[in-house]
Amino acid sequence: MARFVELLTEPFNPGQFVGPFTNAHPGLGGVCTFVGEVRCDAGVEALELIHYERMTLKGMQELADTAIARFDLMGLLVVHRTGVMRVGEPIVLVSAAAKHRREAIEAVDFAMDHLKSDSWFWKREKRADGWHWIEPRERDHSDLARWA
Amino acid sequence: MPITVVFLGKLADLAGTPEKEVEAPLDWEGLLDELQGPLGDAAMADRTRVAVNGELLADKTALSAQDGDEVALLPPVSGG
Repeated sequence: MARFVELLTEPFNPGQFVGPFTNAHPGLGGVCTFVGEVRCDAGVEALELIHYERMTLKGMQELADTAIARFDLMGLLVVHRTGVMRVGEPIVLVSAAAKHRREAIEAVDFAMDHLKSDSWFWKREKRADGWHWIEPRERDHSDLARWA
Repeated sequence: MPITVVFLGKLADLAGTPEKEVEAPLDWEGLLDELQGPLGDAAMADRTRVAVNGELLADKTALSAQDGDEVALLPPVSGG
């Protein structure tokens, strides 16, 4: 079992993380990787993610441990950006290595739902008239309820 | 040593600062006394959580912070 969880303040190249992560798990049956990027929405000039030093990384590590146990993973990689990002920059990378494909795929889906709706990140968007905080959506709760 | 109160997300905008120092000890009533107007309303909202030194309180009204503690006010995360 290998857990790699990182918070980054600068742009990153997902491939530079996924390659070594995959190589670290000889004998795996499947690797599933998801990369989330800053979407090109009309009027949005930048996105900022705020985190809380004392709780955000610790919460991500606990989430990773939960996913590893629940889906019987060989390893899980979670990389998340904070700070100001531009359209097209990666925000989040999740990669799961498992003996069988379904566990890897479901673990990534599980981790993403919890990173989005149950981790300590606050987002705001910069538009022409300034910064706007993004409020939680009903969809976030139903996404989490899938795993209850 | 005073207590540091940390404001996360939009609460930092409402407070006009990411953190402030207050005198110890600090309970829930004392914290609300420090937070004026919309900031106090946001602190009282059901979905705003409180953590002390990185540990979430199950019941924020049971807050009992001492010298040197860090009290964080955490509004709902953004999701999406």
